[in-house]
Amino acid sequence: MKVFGRICTILMFVFLYAPMAVMIVFSFNSGRSTFVFEGFSTRWYETLFQSSQTMTALKNTLILAIISALIATLLGTVAAVGIYHMRSKWLKSAVMTTTNIPMMNPDVVTGVSLMLLFVFIGRLIGASESLSFYTLLIAHITFNLPYVILNVLPKLRQVGNTLSEAAQDLGCTPVQSFFKVIFPNISSGIVSGFLMAFTLSLDDFVISYFTNGTGFQTLPLLIYSKTKKSVKPDIYALSTVIFIAVLLLLILVNIVQAKSENKKAPQKERNMI
Amino acid sequence: MKKRLISLFALLIAVCCVFTACGAPDVKSDTDGNSISGIAASLESKYTTSLAGTTLNVFNWGEYISDGSDDSMDVIAEFEELTGIQVNYDNFESNETMYSKLQSGAVSYDIIIPSDYMIERMISEDLLQKLDFSKIPNYKFIDEKYKNLYFDENNEYSVPYNVGMVGLIYNTTIVTEEVDSWEIMWDEKYADQILTFNNSRDAFAIAQFMLGQDLNSTNKEDWDKAADLLKEQTPLLQARVMDEVFNKMEGGNAAIAPYYAGDFLTMYDANEDLAFVYPKEGTNIFVDSICVPKNAQNYDAAMLFINFLLEPEVGLANAEYICYASPNTAVVNHEDYSLKGNEILYPDDEAVANTQYFHDIDPEIRSYYEKLWEEILRS
Amino acid sequence: MKHSSLGTKILNAPYILWSVLFIIVPLVIVVYFAFTDQNGAWTLANIAEIKDYGEILLRSIGYAVVATLITLVTSYPVAYFMSKAKARTQAIMMMLIMLPMWMNLLIRTYSWTTILEKNGIINTLLGYLGIGPLPLIGTSGAVILGMIYNYIPYMILPIYTIMVKIDPALLEAASDLGSNGFDRLKRVIFPLSLPGVVSGITMVFVPSVSTFYIADKLGSTKTLMIGDMIQKKFDINLYSNTGAALSFVLMLIILISLAVMHKFAGEDGEAIIV
Repeated sequence: MKVFGRICTILMFVFLYAPMAVMIVFSFNSGRSTFVFEGFSTRWYETLFQSSQTMTALKNTLILAIISALIATLLGTVAAVGIYHMRSKWLKSAVMTTTNIPMMNPDVVTGVSLMLLFVFIGRLIGASESLSFYTLLIAHITFNLPYVILNVLPKLRQVGNTLSEAAQDLGCTPVQSFFKVIFPNISSGIVSGFLMAFTLSLDDFVISYFTNGTGFQTLPLLIYSKTKKSVKPDIYALSTVIFIAVLLLLILVNIVQAKSENKKAPQKERNMI
Repeated sequence: MKKRLISLFALLIAVCCVFTACGAPDVKSDTDGNSISGIAASLESKYTTSLAGTTLNVFNWGEYISDGSDDSMDVIAEFEELTGIQVNYDNFESNETMYSKLQSGAVSYDIIIPSDYMIERMISEDLLQKLDFSKIPNYKFIDEKYKNLYFDENNEYSVPYNVGMVGLIYNTTIVTEEVDSWEIMWDEKYADQILTFNNSRDAFAIAQFMLGQDLNSTNKEDWDKAADLLKEQTPLLQARVMDEVFNKMEGGNAAIAPYYAGDFLTMYDANEDLAFVYPKEGTNIFVDSICVPKNAQNYDAAMLFINFLLEPEVGLANAEYICYASPNTAVVNHEDYSLKGNEILYPDDEAVANTQYFHDIDPEIRSYYEKLWEEILRS
Repeated sequence: MKHSSLGTKILNAPYILWSVLFIIVPLVIVVYFAFTDQNGAWTLANIAEIKDYGEILLRSIGYAVVATLITLVTSYPVAYFMSKAKARTQAIMMMLIMLPMWMNLLIRTYSWTTILEKNGIINTLLGYLGIGPLPLIGTSGAVILGMIYNYIPYMILPIYTIMVKIDPALLEAASDLGSNGFDRLKRVIFPLSLPGVVSGITMVFVPSVSTFYIADKLGSTKTLMIGDMIQKKFDINLYSNTGAALSFVLMLIILISLAVMHKFAGEDGEAIIV
């Protein structure tokens, strides 16, 4: 079993990283093909960093991800608190079921259904264009919301009611008791909800494809339109840059983590004694 | 868990920083505009406008404008530089997708570049607006041959951008025989090496030429026969493609593909084993023209942009980059034009048999052939 | 509960409004389009037309099932091995499995064309050995490979998460009671890891069956999938009734498979507690 597991794991990593290796190698191709390697050059990196289109798309992607994740986090946290305190059982389960829909529904269907809604509303109010940055934003918030709620809700359950009841007995208003007692205890859930929303939004292509309007191209959409054309190694260069950045940071994080764990470990033992 | 999340967050921020750090100097170099130099000076006064700061939305085919790669001119950036108008540039894949998006009111653009038959349809459905030719003095460069065409008989709605014909591209290392007919696309020898168009009209046209039909037939039986022929072909196909064809053919991953003549020249630059022929049964000729949709929001900037595209230097840059035949006499006669008299782009009239334009067909036939097309896709 | 119900209502109102408007209503619109014709009259014609897409639907489900099974079989030993490794190794392996997921799905998929194309890396290497070129791209195998590649972390991670939690004492007890390695796997580890398996299966199957792009890039005209079909439909016609009908059917497929999985998870979940 052990040897077998090890072999499987090694094969798995070869499989996972073969395309990455290919991508990195071909990003240094001096030719314009992604199939025939002609020689080493960094011309595609120059092209990449000179392309205002790519840089704008990158900026747009980050703007969209940050705004949509922030709004989703705010709305989702409020909703989670609301759901937690809901009395009606059937309403609670109805809301939870609805919350699950965007997570379980295929992205294509979510995208198409939102597009139909936006176009319908656009017609209704006679807008000259029914899809825009705002529809894209709404779509992103919509698919981000469930992840925030599902991250916050378990934390609320952990905290329970007793703390806030105690705070209120001691003279806090419900709002005060929320910010003083509940909030610090659920903040980790909120942060992880935000991060999940942020990453999902960064990477989303399918839903953006259907709900995006004029003139706000995100990176995934740009990549899509590029792979529809004659693909040049510049998109490999782009991915290589992202790959290296993420890799370096993950390594850094791991080192920092390992160090802090080493420091904490003796402390823990002492505490236990 | 918490720690991991925090580190993840740190990571995200750092990624952002890396990118903005990379991005910052480049944005600057864009506005420096030292790459623009030559023509900017000569056009400066002409394109100084009170529209600076407004936005122009352009909807065009992929790979259909000189974009600054390989030392070409970045037409959009030049225009932005000259006028101060910000251009949003999006691509579409086929006339039909473009039409669907505009017609439903999902998006609005100030400039679109559809093909002939689609322009005819959009005019008849009142989706385009008339152009103000007094603001497009460069219209004088357009070849008389491409004025008063059937889709815009009085030259009110459109300005020709590119002209082209469809031909057969093949890889001579795989196809060693003499090629002169569309028939080869049904040859079982080349099974799984054949590509075809991923849009209904271009794909149908090939079958229609094989059957000796009129491309704009209103007889359903004709369409049925053409559809049958295409279904027969399906098992032999590697894929239905549009611009993916560049990679497939340049990389030698497919042997035969019908595509637009100008694009062959681009592919040939990358792979000299490729060859091109206008098949004897006939072929489709098309004109892609610049138009302004009814719901455009920056009409004046659109006029300025159209005029800019017709500037001899800009037209030349586009003609060199896109490699399609240009309807612009100032380009065709330009001394620096490397494709002047190219026999693929500008063939003699006798060299190409039976060229036909697409026309807009009445909606009933249209939905009929679209239905057939779906069957073909599923076959 | 001390919160006034008014307060709760105020907290809930925005989200309920949001989810009705942007989750429920859009789905109602899809269903509406699925059951009406171009002029808005009720019809079953679109649903009837689905039978023409039977082959594509079956193909999508088939590919997704195969991809899910292969991911399961290959992920399981990896997850097991990971859960048994040293803590540091575990962390590093987790990182390495997550890393490719940070790359855009489109690029991850596209880079396979460089490997699989007729002139791609595998065929070039085979060419040196005097073999081939083999038809790799454009086959159903390539499409399934694409799905496996993109979604395999969703299988490894939940199984691994559950395996880490399995109490080693249980395994010891099992061996003390005389069960051998295989028995332990069959009787202890596998049943305990089942919730992870179920959630892994769901997380791989759902995106696989509805994917678009993967089949488009790695497949051929013979590997068209339902997701691609829906995309094409709405590309050509924004008010595609057939497209809506197909979306509706796809939703049903997902719902049914979720219900089935839920049942599995539910029953066995209880068994574990007992």
